Amino acid sequence: MLDNPYLHNPDAAASNPPTEGFVENLGPGDLIRRSATEYLPPPRRELTPVAKLIDVSKCIGCKACQSACIEWNDTTPDIEENVGTYMNPHDLTPEMFTLMRFAEWVNPETENLEWLIRKDGCMHCADPGCLKACPAPGAIVQYSNGIVDFVHENCIGCGYCIKGCPFNIPRISRRDHHAYKCTLCSDRVAVGQGPACAKACPTQAIVFGTKDDMKKHAGERIADLKSRGYKNAGLYDPEGVGGTHVMYVLHHADKPHIYSDLPDNPKISPIVLAWKGVTKSAGIAVMGFAAAAAVFHGLFARANRVTAEDEDNAKRALRDDAPGGRA
Amino acid sequence: MNDTSPVERGDAIEPGEPPTVHRYRLETRINHWINAVAMILLVLSGLSMFHPSLFFLTVLFGGGQNTRAIHPWIGLVLVLSFILLIVQFWRANLWNRSDTAWVAHAGELVLGHEERMPEAGKYNAGQKFVFWAMVILITILFATGIVIWDQYFSDLTGIESKRLAVLAHSVAAIGAICVLILHVYAAIWVRGSFDAMIKGSVSAGWAWRHHRKWFRQLAAGATGQSRRSGT
Repeated sequence: MLDNPYLHNPDAAASNPPTEGFVENLGPGDLIRRSATEYLPPPRRELTPVAKLIDVSKCIGCKACQSACIEWNDTTPDIEENVGTYMNPHDLTPEMFTLMRFAEWVNPETENLEWLIRKDGCMHCADPGCLKACPAPGAIVQYSNGIVDFVHENCIGCGYCIKGCPFNIPRISRRDHHAYKCTLCSDRVAVGQGPACAKACPTQAIVFGTKDDMKKHAGERIADLKSRGYKNAGLYDPEGVGGTHVMYVLHHADKPHIYSDLPDNPKISPIVLAWKGVTKSAGIAVMGFAAAAAVFHGLFARANRVTAEDEDNAKRALRDDAPGGRA
Repeated sequence: MNDTSPVERGDAIEPGEPPTVHRYRLETRINHWINAVAMILLVLSGLSMFHPSLFFLTVLFGGGQNTRAIHPWIGLVLVLSFILLIVQFWRANLWNRSDTAWVAHAGELVLGHEERMPEAGKYNAGQKFVFWAMVILITILFATGIVIWDQYFSDLTGIESKRLAVLAHSVAAIGAICVLILHVYAAIWVRGSFDAMIKGSVSAGWAWRHHRKWFRQLAAGATGQSRRSGT
């Protein structure tokens, strides 16, 4: 494993960037999956899996993460109308890769109103549905450290990634017809820094590091929450998509849906699996067989030709039947 | 008479030496070839987005972005053109009892014994199958194609509907491509068929051999709703 010395610290993202030389990683040799590519050479090394951990219980809803995301990715979301909550813009957009979603929930056990704020965005699934659905070679890639990234020059703008995603994350730009989502700041991670959102978070509700360290850190946070009465506190790292490289600490991990419809058990839709699985392989086989059978029969079976006898019969019939030539 | 399909507008026997039979009017032929070109372009662009091994076909359309953008517009051309074909062809393609008998003897045809087949009208049961299969499949392709035409209609439906639509679109397209292969193959295998769609007329012997009932109807003076008589 190629280790990144800066990752072994939950404060990695908040710290200043490394000043000494750093060998850039996340090159083409680090890919473990590439969309619409049947034969991908094995990666030349294996990077340490990374993860972003979002502790919902520590989030104060300040949206510094959104600002940092806009700043780093140099996007310019439209100025919008208030939609009745603190959420702004109204949804994830091609210009807004992460979004604070605000939910008001009355805890039936305590009758307390709980304000649940979840930073929504790409979860960087270990088994990414977007990549499975993508028809354009190399438009979606997955690095051996777990980051799922969109390569815009290869994107054809079809929107299949939207259909593949179990979390409803990618958005297609109507300006340049490319799909956009959180990159986990792959360009920053490649040079030893953490994501911009984690860097900006004032409460360190967002931390970044190796996935193992993040799970350990989450364990401490969950123990703390449990000691303070949140008996269902837990880590959201859903198995249905092979685990994710963006994880949540939830105070009510037994019901993720209360956090603005976070899926309880996300997995790639069986419809998408049927489309990209049996339909794709069997479809090509059926069409190929039909074409091959046509060529085979065409080459080896006798053509169906009109004979001189047919012509004679036709003429005879015309003489006998016709009331007088052309009707 | 409900066991016999009607003849179509413009169908007529042209006496002479040798006699020929008018089968498709110029308008119909132009319509058919617009349909054919649209269909082929749709197959090529659609397959390029269906299977990675065929993605290279996008170069024909100027890259992946252009392929994605142009495919639905070609689809619209196909739908409009195909509606015009339906208007012209539906009546003579209605299924009747002799078609069922024809299907029962289809094995004889494949083995080269067309003379043992029940006589066919303007269209035999195989052609009627191609027609109605395309009516159904193109309808499905159009409806599901609109649902996944994100450029204009992404707000119309939710993600789950789009997933179903893209699956149905793929399956219907596979079906349509197989029907297309059958259609083109039959037109090549039955020698002389291309004359009908290119020149518009066939030899009397061709009409006698493949569509004898239709030939007899014309010989007996049947007319489609011609421009002149209107019966």
